[in-house]
Amino acid sequence: MKRKLLSFAAAAVCAMAMGAQAQISDGIVKIGVLNDMSGLYSDIGGPGSLVAAKMAVEDYLKATKSTLKVEVVGADHQNKPDVGSNIARQWYDTEKVDAIVDVPTSSVALAISQVTRDKGKIHLNTGAATADLTGKACSPNTIHWLYDTWMLANGTGTAVVKTGGSSWFFLTADYAFGHALERDTEAVVTKNGGKVLGKVRHPLATQDFSSFLLQAQASKAKIIGLANAGGDTINSIKQAAEFGIVQGGQNLAGLLVFLPDVHALGLEKAQGLIFTETFYWDLNDQTRAWSKRFAAAHGGKYPSMDQAGVYAVITHYLKAVDAAKTDDGTKITAKMKEMPTDDPLFGKGTIRQDGRKIHPAYLFEVKKPSESKGPYDYYKLRATIPADQAFRPLNEGDCPMIKK
Amino acid sequence: MEIFGIPSQALFGQLLIGLINGSFYALLSLGLAVIFGLLNIINFTHGAQYMLGAFVAYLSLQYLGLNYWVSLLLTPLLVGATGVIIERTMLARLYKLDHLYGLLLTFGLALIIQGVFRNEFGSSGMPYAVPSFFAGGINLGFMFLPKYRGWVIVASLVICIATWYVIERTKLGAYLRAATENPSLVQAFGVNVPRMVTLTYGFGVALAALAGVMAAPIYQVSPMMGVDIIIVVFAVVVIGGMGSIMGAILTGFGLGLIEGLTKVFYPEASNTVIFVIMVIVLLIKPAGLFGTQK
Repeated sequence: MKRKLLSFAAAAVCAMAMGAQAQISDGIVKIGVLNDMSGLYSDIGGPGSLVAAKMAVEDYLKATKSTLKVEVVGADHQNKPDVGSNIARQWYDTEKVDAIVDVPTSSVALAISQVTRDKGKIHLNTGAATADLTGKACSPNTIHWLYDTWMLANGTGTAVVKTGGSSWFFLTADYAFGHALERDTEAVVTKNGGKVLGKVRHPLATQDFSSFLLQAQASKAKIIGLANAGGDTINSIKQAAEFGIVQGGQNLAGLLVFLPDVHALGLEKAQGLIFTETFYWDLNDQTRAWSKRFAAAHGGKYPSMDQAGVYAVITHYLKAVDAAKTDDGTKITAKMKEMPTDDPLFGKGTIRQDGRKIHPAYLFEVKKPSESKGPYDYYKLRATIPADQAFRPLNEGDCPMIKK
Repeated sequence: MEIFGIPSQALFGQLLIGLINGSFYALLSLGLAVIFGLLNIINFTHGAQYMLGAFVAYLSLQYLGLNYWVSLLLTPLLVGATGVIIERTMLARLYKLDHLYGLLLTFGLALIIQGVFRNEFGSSGMPYAVPSFFAGGINLGFMFLPKYRGWVIVASLVICIATWYVIERTKLGAYLRAATENPSLVQAFGVNVPRMVTLTYGFGVALAALAGVMAAPIYQVSPMMGVDIIIVVFAVVVIGGMGSIMGAILTGFGLGLIEGLTKVFYPEASNTVIFVIMVIVLLIKPAGLFGTQK
């Protein structure tokens, strides 16, 4: 059942020089937010990403007094590559959408990347994890803004192994994202002298993890690596508590955890979890100010790093459109890589030739209930990984666009 | 000690998990078998009624503060009552017609119910906490069994055996079985057959709702939970024999065990092994393992 497309018309300042807009197709920059609006990833991006996108457009037009006309629409890809591709094609072909933003669920992201490349538009990905988006599947029309499996593996994996997690068992979501995250984390674990004792794959959106957790228990690995996300991670952690996994002496490593997941679990169950993210609402004054505005527009829910990423990438995209005076996808992608980035949420950064955005990563630990001062006060910062170390080196990704 | 290369601890653990799944298969296929065996109605709404049971439990906790134990008693009654209404208003008109009309009606009802709930609640699940009486687990040596799941196995065994006993060994059950064979003759003896039929349908639906309440703390309360399980339950009923009560119970637990075993040796096949068995049984003994050719 496809969700109906939601249309928001952002405020537009009256056009002064019509000539300047001659190269923007039909005079409107149309941005499509494509993500999981109702399923296991809907709290991480979902309708919140639409809110963030609308905020980005409003803030940009107000701050720069730009003459651009911008429209934002949204749709639900239901975590299915075929549904996502169909929506993308319809958007590009008949609805004159110029850019697709967010797209969590790596299998859908890879499909959208291909469609976008074929149509010469632009894919601004914040939601998906697979590092292949800037590796084997890199494209001159895709920007991977927020995070990827290599960064997660490098950040969380290294930290956990160094604190004694020398034997691992993986519980992996059985699709592109899980496989990529498992592969990258396994590489980090073995590089740091650890061992992988086993792995088990579970279908996406599994409700009952009992038999998989049992296998993890039987392996006697010190660390059970959760190579899954959203609702799957929440269920794995809840059921691990039921089966006495932590009491039995094993620890869970959440390889991809977002703020809404911690909120759903509660600090009682989530305390002590260590993971890597690239944004947290309480990092500095700018993130705090923006997050409070976001929460006011989103029913009191604080932003996940995905929603923050949507805001930041659209801000940079609109700057590039204004600078290049076109909305041709390939040209804009090149322009976005040319211009250094600067936004209140991620600070200063750059976008590499392979489409990878570079910014620092943060290792967080979830606070104990006694340490938290209120709702959403959940993380303490353990370490900051500088931007030049956080992501996979340019020449290691097998990206066909990069000459070795 | 290793059996076929799997440590015996892991094996017994998976078998126990399989028994838990089997409990749900048994409860649901029991309801289906009762309804089909006694009423000749193929009740496709069964999955939706299982989902309704879980939702009523979730909603009554959210808005009325009724805890798990109250829900265990109240929810089957409530959902069973809706079953009675469905039977009186819609199904009763179809008895004179081909079985397929009943199937189409119940299938359509299932789609409507699931669609309405999915529209309202979205497709991801809602949490339902394990009742505090059952919090924690027992260390059995070869695995750590959460107390709640142990309760599920015990409760479903008791309910299944009690139902079988009532139908096969008591006078009420005898009336029910006779009414299926020859309703006019039984009615001539003064037994109110239509009312018995209605109440039996309500009972089958109540069983589904009961399974839903018990499932709520384990699987999340989701509008799609019925869809996933109803296909498997139909396969269980077909394998066990469409009219046989004991067949449904034994097959439900047995197939849960087989699914658990498959998860140990070849997890990728665990979704399909039940259907493979169904195909084999249909080819060799179409009436089902415990069924009798009618």
